[in-house]
Amino acid sequence: MKSLAELQAIKDKMKNKVVLREGINEFRVVVGMATCGIAAGARPVLNTIVEAVNESGLADKVSVSQTGCIGLCQFEPIVEVFEPGKEKVTYVKMDSDKAKRVAEEHLKGGKVIAEYTLSF
Amino acid sequence: MIRSHVLICGGTGCTSSGSLAIQEAFEANIEACGLKEEVKVVQTGCFGLCALGPVVIVYPDGTFYSRVEPSDVKEIVEEHLLKGRMVERLVYSDTGAEEVAADAIVGLNDTAFYKSQNRVVLRNCGVIDPESIDEYIAMDGYAALGKVLTEMTPEEVIQVIKDSGLRGRGGGGFPTGFKWSLCAPNKADQKYVVCNADEGDPGAFMDRSVLEGDPHCLVEAMAIAGYAIGATEGYVYVRAEYPIAVKRLQKAIDDAREYGLLGKNIFDSGFDFNLHIRLGAGAFVCGEETALMTSIEGNRGEPRPRPPYPAVKGLFGKPTVENNVETFANVPQIILRGADWFASMGTEKSKGTKVFALGGNINNTGLVEIPMGTTLRHIIDDIGGGIPNGKKFKAAQTGGPSGGCIPESLIDTEVDFDNLTAIGCMMGSGGLIVMDEDTCMVDMAKFFLEFTVDESCGKCTPCRVGTKRLLEMLDDITKGKGTLEDIDKLEELCKYIKQNSLCGLGQTAPNPVLATLNFFRDEYVAHVVDKKCPAGVCKDLLTFTVDKDKCIGCGLCARNCPVNAIVKTDYIAEGHKLPSYAIDADKCVKCGVCLGNCKFKAISKI
Repeated sequence: MKSLAELQAIKDKMKNKVVLREGINEFRVVVGMATCGIAAGARPVLNTIVEAVNESGLADKVSVSQTGCIGLCQFEPIVEVFEPGKEKVTYVKMDSDKAKRVAEEHLKGGKVIAEYTLSF
Repeated sequence: MIRSHVLICGGTGCTSSGSLAIQEAFEANIEACGLKEEVKVVQTGCFGLCALGPVVIVYPDGTFYSRVEPSDVKEIVEEHLLKGRMVERLVYSDTGAEEVAADAIVGLNDTAFYKSQNRVVLRNCGVIDPESIDEYIAMDGYAALGKVLTEMTPEEVIQVIKDSGLRGRGGGGFPTGFKWSLCAPNKADQKYVVCNADEGDPGAFMDRSVLEGDPHCLVEAMAIAGYAIGATEGYVYVRAEYPIAVKRLQKAIDDAREYGLLGKNIFDSGFDFNLHIRLGAGAFVCGEETALMTSIEGNRGEPRPRPPYPAVKGLFGKPTVENNVETFANVPQIILRGADWFASMGTEKSKGTKVFALGGNINNTGLVEIPMGTTLRHIIDDIGGGIPNGKKFKAAQTGGPSGGCIPESLIDTEVDFDNLTAIGCMMGSGGLIVMDEDTCMVDMAKFFLEFTVDESCGKCTPCRVGTKRLLEMLDDITKGKGTLEDIDKLEELCKYIKQNSLCGLGQTAPNPVLATLNFFRDEYVAHVVDKKCPAGVCKDLLTFTVDKDKCIGCGLCARNCPVNAIVKTDYIAEGHKLPSYAIDADKCVKCGVCLGNCKFKAISKI
């Protein structure tokens, strides 16, 4: 180790890998992963969101986790986005492409994609 | 892409309750479910709640599973990791109830056990993989060493430690910055930094947990100390009884060397530092600093008189700074977050936090880190979860064989170095043993005396002979052979040993006797005058009797008596059909088997 920059480089590289355990997140994304969700294709949705969050450097702001059946099985895969102080946003009938857009526009850009939501 | 981490405690407590098998089961089940690319399994250091081990935490949601069995793992993987439904029956709840309602599930940091803790020393324990230097670096590891070597002079480092008010956590409470400043100006061709990891108090495992859970923290802190005092060599003296700690520390040293964080010209600053491990053979006296250094030198571990102090003439006759593991573990955080931050925690003269190993008659046995000045009541009732089986609190023992005890009347004492000393107790290294009403204080003092008699190195007479005589007198008292005069003699001998012993072991060995005499003299009196043990512990002072009117004559006690001391009488109580039994006091060995067997509460011990 010859410089602080070298140390910083290791820290930056590793930070994404341990940030999961800190629990300080602005956004909490929950993917419905009960039998109904998995059958409807929730797994690729979940993995896409996890990848997109990491690639766009949002790992210290967004936590991605699963939940059981929400009760709206016909609308699965369902993704819910929680943000402190705001209404919960529920996205329905998700797929990988939609998930990418949510990560890009909502989680990064802060703009809710109304057309994917339940109300639309 | 990894989306979830499963943290499995690999501390000593959980390892002994089978966490390695659980880790294997997780890895196998995760593979079987095809989740290998999504879920990472990490073995960490101690989480602190050893009573509930083996402990597993799942992130990002932070679900805390306790008492996990290998057979539970399949369910956790299939339900929680695959389907996102936590396995509620295994989730730790505050109340400790068997069945947990969904709304009772609380986040880890909101449980009473963790809520009022403030983890500075243990901040990485149970969070990172102790065998990964990269994870340590991700948690600001080695940033303090980098800062010290590139931005600060040795004098500035010592000043920060002085300003923080950090005091030695090994028991004495000597100001750390001051200790360093005594050594720094001494000129020599070689100086040493020594870490005392010879945690010998029965029931204490704070240092062990730091070594096992965050070994790099110690490596970093010792390098900082080396820079501050001008030492290029360091020794960690650790007990051979701590195999996991030794293994992880050795890996930490090797990895740090590979990264150039130990060795020559660290951070291109021209500073060289090397670290070595020396294994202790488990002699308690080697926790005393001069005996420890003698042992590192390859000699028999015996203390030597001070002065000269180690700061002038220590290891191999060179100027040496010696601190304990927990003291060192505070150092990197103080450098990074500043002396003011550290000094903002704790009491006026005792800054920061203290780690305690909670044990004895308490629900949450384990490791807790609390700010100095927390009351004993809070530690026992809230963090410790109270005393099992509805028993009453009697006393808490601190400082192991060198310490004293805190009775119920002083339970609101704010725990810090000076308050404990003021009531004739001592902080010690942090063992905190809680005792309920069924504990005999004379017997407790005798237990610790037996330990010091065994561990006295024999070099000086007051300790070698004095403690032996003390033990004999205590033994007589517990056997009902003592007199009131003996109690006075006991007290006098205690004072003599304290004043005349060579090292800390002898000087503190009488403390358990003095403290119990001070707070529980009536129990000593009961033993010598009434020939009774009020707590019902000392066997020689107990008699087991059968209440002939309660005995229904079932004979269960007689059949189970190992010495056939229970015989049938010819008395039949009113309303009963069979003759009652009686205990032959001459044959009875007071094992207590009959007491546990009798369903009619007809047998009592008095």
